[in-house]
Amino acid sequence: MRRLMFVSAWLLATGGASVFLYRSLAGARRTLFIPGRTTSGHHQIEDKCELCHDLGGAGVRQEACVRCHGDELADASDSHPLAMFLDPRNATDLAAIDVRRCTSCHVEHRPSITGPMGVSRPAAFCVACHADVAAERPSHRALPFDGCADAGCHNYHDNRALGEAFLADHLDEPELTAHPVVPALDRDSRYGGLGSRPLTRRQQDAPPGVTPSETVLAEWQSTEHAAAGVNCTDCHGGAPTMERPWTDRPGLEGCRECHGGEVAGFLRGKHGMRLASGLPAMRPELARLPMRASARGREIGCATCHAAHAFDRRRAAVEACLECHDDRHSLAYLDSPHHGSWKLEQARNEGEGGGVSCATCHMPRVRVVDTDRPGVTVEHDQNAALRPIETMVRPVCQPCHGVAYSLAAMAEPGLAAGNFRRAPALPARAIQMVRDKVKRGPPAAKEDRR
Amino acid sequence: MSRQGNNGRCAVIVLLAWVVSAALPGCRDHRDEPGAGSSLPEAIAARHAADMVHAALAADREVYTSEVVQRLTIQQKVQVINPEGGAPGPLEAREDWRSEHGKLPLPAQMFRMGAEKVLQNDIGFSYLLLSPWPINQQNRARTDAERLGLDKVATTGENLYTTEDLDGKRYFVAIYPDRAVSEACIRCHNKHPDSSRRDFKVGDVMGGLVIRFRMGGG
Repeated sequence: MRRLMFVSAWLLATGGASVFLYRSLAGARRTLFIPGRTTSGHHQIEDKCELCHDLGGAGVRQEACVRCHGDELADASDSHPLAMFLDPRNATDLAAIDVRRCTSCHVEHRPSITGPMGVSRPAAFCVACHADVAAERPSHRALPFDGCADAGCHNYHDNRALGEAFLADHLDEPELTAHPVVPALDRDSRYGGLGSRPLTRRQQDAPPGVTPSETVLAEWQSTEHAAAGVNCTDCHGGAPTMERPWTDRPGLEGCRECHGGEVAGFLRGKHGMRLASGLPAMRPELARLPMRASARGREIGCATCHAAHAFDRRRAAVEACLECHDDRHSLAYLDSPHHGSWKLEQARNEGEGGGVSCATCHMPRVRVVDTDRPGVTVEHDQNAALRPIETMVRPVCQPCHGVAYSLAAMAEPGLAAGNFRRAPALPARAIQMVRDKVKRGPPAAKEDRR
Repeated sequence: MSRQGNNGRCAVIVLLAWVVSAALPGCRDHRDEPGAGSSLPEAIAARHAADMVHAALAADREVYTSEVVQRLTIQQKVQVINPEGGAPGPLEAREDWRSEHGKLPLPAQMFRMGAEKVLQNDIGFSYLLLSPWPINQQNRARTDAERLGLDKVATTGENLYTTEDLDGKRYFVAIYPDRAVSEACIRCHNKHPDSSRRDFKVGDVMGGLVIRFRMGGG
């Protein structure tokens, strides 16, 4: 009897443990198997181990890194592209750090050794290949290697805002440009052909059985959608000629046909990366940044910020952000000169005139080329210009501020967290160096001419 | 250059590299003399293949420098409209061409982009430009063979053929003089702040074009 009880208890315990482990591995939350805190770049998708890992082994697939980050590195004119290190003459350098694999510098789940940008190597890693930099550049003689990426001087991947030629071109710009206004959206070239048939309320084409409320119709008619001839079924589906049936909540698919670039950007960024990875939509309570308790449960999609039918871009640019975001930087915006300019613009109500909203900086206007819809659009990947922060200078700051001023503001610790409520106190070191170099001119010709 | 042209050039390079890989499995003797340990026909095959690849690469390089960069920027003085407004600016070849509007890649960058695409094929074949007076210091000689080759092409203007071991593998290395073919070359190198030599004339050797084949088909 005692033996039977023992066997039963053992079977029960083993079975229970098996079910628990199976549910942990196959279920929606797999945190039991996460070996350490995930970086802020990946924590939203940490439940889906197979996005990065080969579950047959424990390794990270290089292909997984490239799948999500390859295009952005190419767009960023990566200063250290993989192809640079494939030449056998670089074998000695690779023995120090095998930069052909992203995980050589970006190890996940190791918070104790991980710094900004998810870099898990000591900050002085540049010395492995550039130990003789002072011989090439005397200006670098007294500089420590752990400061290469500080003070707005260098990034390993993205140096578009830090290149010498770029900085030399923009040395003497004023703090505030003569016409500090973001570029206007290119509606005609981006959405051409839609503006010729404005619709009235009577022309709404919701199918039989669907009766839009007066509020919905009024909101729709106040938008550029109605003015451009975009009817109910264009977003919701269900027109007789359509394969797509009517749906009350069309989600991304309802927007994608006309706003494909915006949707693609959204899916790349922190608002949409869970959807892009096949996970349920992002919700504020899953974020690591402080979020308002009242925002719990919201599933982030296009309509979360843009409010379906009204699609008020001004609301989406500030109020929608602050309905969720509750961190120091976001709250400091309300007392910042940028918000002052936004309030002034809204009070004037004369169109865009220099007001700076949350979206002005975090979803900047960018000029897209190499597409069938070229022109100025909104970058909906709110992280695109933040990795690292110096990369904001070109798309975000430059329309309104000089490059030297912008770079100094980005490089000064604490200024961004306080939402730029004061001007930077010190000039950016990179600017000083380039200015000195331009002043010096080319070095004297060497004696040795062979 | 068209994508079709690039693909054709890559196909020729891949074919030549395969021919050389197949021709060199006998080159197991690790002495410094080029072709040492291999039969005379094998050594000739290696040199001949390298010479053919060099002819294609040097021709493409000259055509881009003279017919694109020199023609558009110096001869035609093409002006580029700024989409953000303001006055048109001159078309230039610049190092940061990819992040700037309306700029051309430098001839050395054009060459390197092709070389990096070939490296991605992992066929044991690579090529690059080096110089005793590089603007980008990463383009200095790093191996003994490169130092030897750059010294020879700079002092004599003649090719160097040799072998070297890198990362435990044996390579056939050919280094050819890279000459200033047009005004565009010397104008940039003679005025660039990072250039350590500023008296180049058209026809001068500015560096070396290095071609490497992995030996033994490994």
